Amino acid sequence: MIEIKNLHVKIAAEDTEIIKGLNLTVQDGEVAAIMGPNGSGKSTLSYVLAGKPDYEVTEGEVLFNGENLLDMEPYERAAAGVFLAFQYPMEIPGVATMNFLKAAMNAQRKARGEDEYTTPDFIKKVKAAAGKLDIDMTMLKRALNVGFSGGEKKRAEILQMALLEPSLCILDETDSGLDIDALKIVSDGVNALRDPKRSFIVITHYQRLLEHIVPDSVHVLYQGRIIQSGDKSLALHLEENGYADVIASAA
Amino acid sequence: MNVVLKHNAVEESLLAMAGKGSASDSLREFGLPTRRVEAWHYTDLRRLLKHVPARAEKLSAEDAKTAAGDYPRVVPAIRLPLFDGQYLEEFADELPAGCSVSRYGGANGSNYAKDDAIGLLQGLMGAEGVQIEIDGGVTIDTPIGMPHTSTNAAYSGIAHSVSVGKGAKVSLIERYLSPDDMGVQVNAISHLNVGEDADVTWVIIQEHGNDATHLAQLHVSLATSSKLTIIMLNCGGKLVRQEIKIAVEGENSELNVLGVNLVGGESHVDVTTIMTHTVEDTASTQLYRNVATSRGHGVFQGQIKVAQAAQRTDAKMACNTLLLSDDAEFSAKPELEIFADDVLCGHGATVTDINDDHLFYLNARGIPIEEARALLIKAFVDETFEDLADENLEKALIARIDTWLQKNGS
Repeated sequence: MIEIKNLHVKIAAEDTEIIKGLNLTVQDGEVAAIMGPNGSGKSTLSYVLAGKPDYEVTEGEVLFNGENLLDMEPYERAAAGVFLAFQYPMEIPGVATMNFLKAAMNAQRKARGEDEYTTPDFIKKVKAAAGKLDIDMTMLKRALNVGFSGGEKKRAEILQMALLEPSLCILDETDSGLDIDALKIVSDGVNALRDPKRSFIVITHYQRLLEHIVPDSVHVLYQGRIIQSGDKSLALHLEENGYADVIASAA
Repeated sequence: MNVVLKHNAVEESLLAMAGKGSASDSLREFGLPTRRVEAWHYTDLRRLLKHVPARAEKLSAEDAKTAAGDYPRVVPAIRLPLFDGQYLEEFADELPAGCSVSRYGGANGSNYAKDDAIGLLQGLMGAEGVQIEIDGGVTIDTPIGMPHTSTNAAYSGIAHSVSVGKGAKVSLIERYLSPDDMGVQVNAISHLNVGEDADVTWVIIQEHGNDATHLAQLHVSLATSSKLTIIMLNCGGKLVRQEIKIAVEGENSELNVLGVNLVGGESHVDVTTIMTHTVEDTASTQLYRNVATSRGHGVFQGQIKVAQAAQRTDAKMACNTLLLSDDAEFSAKPELEIFADDVLCGHGATVTDINDDHLFYLNARGIPIEEARALLIKAFVDETFEDLADENLEKALIARIDTWLQKNGS
């Protein structure tokens, strides 16, 4: 699915390097969890994969199904199947959520040479997906994320993911700001999308999320590099012992 | 020392067209305002007004009939049509019970203030329009429309006077149209008296062609416990100045202004407001959203005056602008003049480009850059007219905004 090779990234406006030679491969259908202390570069990695313009890749490459992802514009990456569930979803006043969903779904279909959804088909799809995530349709008539609670914002991200049907889902601290019930709803939503052809990169601080979304692999990101990889037991080890011994053994 | 002003060609032609009178005397003395006149600092009328065309000729009966027949309505409305500075009474819709309309020749001004160039022009050139009286207690469900169309490159003076009785409820729509590439000039002055407990919506839709000059004033007085909503869309014209002067002089009265100004091409659009609160317990809110693109120059001057007696005035004003090109310009001058000590007054003026984070969020969902920009610009403007009481009007305004955005490549 995705191959990240010797990736180096700095903030475009500064000289600070944040990702320093990162290597990571995620197979088709794999759920890869990325854990790491604050400031290790987790969010930067998610933004770089989605194509945020504030970052500059200075070295390395990212192959997405064999194609050079870094050469693509953010909207081309989305149409190709990359989806980032934002840690802090943007509030966009004046853009009704339904209108936004329709614009996004149809833009991607158009880019892939598919027919745009008719309004009844579109509404049917949204209703079905919203129901599974316990999202009220009246919420979707409101401006995108404006006045949504933290939990509503995260559920709206998962709703978009379900509707856009990406092949690579990047979840950036989707568990932050969620209570236990909301965490369950969001995790169920993610699990329902698990598919042999769909991969996930799940960025989190806590083992808690990984109890609900059980990963195939766990990677520790520290100072811009993956310093250790393992299976789900690595997450349990980190939960009990913190990062200190993993960092020490990598040094 | 007596300095004799040397008049420019426009002033000379105005004097020649106007003949004798106090307006001519004032023009002879002051000339047209330049940027040295505080109220015209950002709109140097003497420099910008290149030409004043002759007054429009009277439409023949035949032409009037044709024109009135084709008239596009903005929303279902009781229509009092005006063409080329004439009120076409014979084509007017019938008014419901409790209101009356008659032909109006404008107020005869004298002693023009130095900054009242629009009043002065009307004094020089004359005007015609309607006088509307709404009786007390009457509710009129269908808006009353006073659309004016210019059909040739001439000067039209428009004057309306509307008086709304105690407890009455009504909406009125002032609307100005002209074709593109036609050097029309409209001078329009409206007076509105909102009676006690009355509830009035006043709509201004200025959708002239790209070569029109439109100079307008709206004068309002608000009586006790009255409510006024002003909804304004400027989406046309080359040289536009809309002045709104409101005397909030009835206790517990409430004023809301929602304005959108779309400034593109080579246009210069100036909205100048003066809200004067003179009594206790009044409220006003003003929200303006502006888009300036291409080589457009937008101006907003918003003055809030609170007299010493006007305790517990609650006055808010916000003016937000999207500046979409390097050559576009926007000048905003909010001004508070407060003499009372127990008031809530606030103003905010912002000038920004599209928010990069918003743009990235939409891009990251697959919406291409141009489409995402258009979506965000539209959202910024449309928000002003969200949830209007009159859905037909909301739709009509949004449709005009969409047309403008498409035409101006944003």
